[in-house]
Amino acid sequence: MSLKSKANWGLLVMMLPGFIALFVFSILPMFGVFIAFKNIDYEKGIFGSDWVGLDNFQFFVATPDALVITFNTIAYNLVFIVLGTAAALAVALGLENLKAKKATRFYQAVMFLPYFLSWVVVSNLVFALLSVDQGVFNRQIVQPLGGEEIYWYNRPEFWPYILTFANLWKYVGYTSVIYLAAMMSIDPGYIEAASLEGATRAQIVRRIILPLISNVIIILVLLQIGKIFFSDFGLFYNVTMNMGSLFPTTQTIDTYVYRTLMNMGDLGMSSAAGLYQSVVGFVIVVLANLVVKKIDPDKSLF
Amino acid sequence: MSTSKRIDLPTVAKHAAFLLICFLCLYPLALVLGISFSDELEIAKTGFSAIPAKFSTKAYEFLFTSADTVIRAYALTIFVTVVGTAVSTLIIAMFAYPLSRKDFRQRKFFNGTIILTMLFSGGLIPWFMVCVNVLHINDTIFALILPYLMSPWYVVIMRTFFKSSIPDSIIESAKMDGAGELRIFFSIVIHLAAPGMATIALFTTITYWNDYWINMTLVNDPMLYNLQFLMMRVQMNIQYLSANAANLGAASAEIVRNLPSRSAQMAMTIITIGPIVLAYPFFQRFFVKGITIGSLKE
Repeated sequence: MSLKSKANWGLLVMMLPGFIALFVFSILPMFGVFIAFKNIDYEKGIFGSDWVGLDNFQFFVATPDALVITFNTIAYNLVFIVLGTAAALAVALGLENLKAKKATRFYQAVMFLPYFLSWVVVSNLVFALLSVDQGVFNRQIVQPLGGEEIYWYNRPEFWPYILTFANLWKYVGYTSVIYLAAMMSIDPGYIEAASLEGATRAQIVRRIILPLISNVIIILVLLQIGKIFFSDFGLFYNVTMNMGSLFPTTQTIDTYVYRTLMNMGDLGMSSAAGLYQSVVGFVIVVLANLVVKKIDPDKSLF
Repeated sequence: MSTSKRIDLPTVAKHAAFLLICFLCLYPLALVLGISFSDELEIAKTGFSAIPAKFSTKAYEFLFTSADTVIRAYALTIFVTVVGTAVSTLIIAMFAYPLSRKDFRQRKFFNGTIILTMLFSGGLIPWFMVCVNVLHINDTIFALILPYLMSPWYVVIMRTFFKSSIPDSIIESAKMDGAGELRIFFSIVIHLAAPGMATIALFTTITYWNDYWINMTLVNDPMLYNLQFLMMRVQMNIQYLSANAANLGAASAEIVRNLPSRSAQMAMTIITIGPIVLAYPFFQRFFVKGITIGSLKE
């Protein structure tokens, strides 16, 4: 028995660096959520500052921002989930029965490329298209058609579409790789047999392919739903060039927390918004996981 | 099957659709490349274009001569990426391997810890406070490396990889020969798991290379600006680079006036994504494999 406990010590030592990193950057901050219930006064220190109960939350909820950022975060995520899943499935289905394998690999590689670019890079690409003076849209489309140049970065009503497109541009290639891999693991015998029986492509897709990969689709969608209270910071902060005029349609919980802390230095408000996100986000991800567990226990987190 | 060679209309339409999508993916990059090689005055006259109206390399000359800021950011980013990736990959593998061992008694506890960190996060402010008030790593190079060392998602991927690629019998027999756990890991396990570690390393490389979040939160020292953050600064204010050039002396006013601002902003983008795009054809297949492992196998 002494041999076994010795073996465990070896493994524990091996885990130490990783555990320290995990503890310091992920677990320790969990205990820091009490900051949201305090009125932080640097003179008194974090622990010495006065407890203010739910004051920070009451201030936060009383601002019109609370509703706007909650709505924006959820609405963008829902649109991204629906359109992103549909687009990625369409791409994967398109590639699945292409006979030209070289072309398939090429298409896949090109569509996957945007995934590796940071949002700062994407924001420059978008700027090249939308800049008021020199942008491609104004110079090559709007003006030749006789239109007045559009001040894209001052028009919040366009940005739900622009950000949705940017999000699809960056992620559809990535998601379609997963769906295509799932489709490739289907026994080709099923599809061959069906087409010999005279089934059309639409029937094969609806009756064979989609049902057989439905687990993968459901799991991916549920994982995204689990994160519905969190947003892709760079998309909403950098791609919009941090323009205040776009806040009404582009401010999300993450950008709000960042801006309230960094620009306004309002620790109470931003930590209240942050804890609100953590707690509601936690409930949603736990619920999503319970559903995943019912469908496919191997894929659930717990 | 002679019919399989026949070119039919739906197939042609499909290729056309995919070519269009590929064009949409690549056009913005071509546009930025074109602008970076355009003459600044021509840009003002004719607007942005993927094909330079008047070819010029001034933007690149500007970036590499009048701004040592760019070169420092480049060196810093490479250093952080290399060190961060190496340490992170090793730490993740060393954490994940014991979790893949059925005879490891504390497995449940550590698996639970991993799940907990996936489900709940303290959020930005407590994280910020830990970094600043507990660790005091703000405005140091450690801030650019340490926070990204561990990722519970990669631990799960590696755990799966170890489970499926390391046979129990090998470990059993190594133990019989009297090898300790660390020895077994470094001389046997790590080699068998190399493809999995390569995948994690590639993901981590992208994380470090593409990061600007740390500079936005923890690091304000201009000596510690990485490439992405420098690009962000340049985008918001091209004068940022010329401010350094202005210190050079008499010619400064001239330099500022003739600043290739837009083309330099785009050239900055090109040199930042350059290494990724150039290496892309070689590493792309690893990613496809890695995603497949992580998402489909249990």
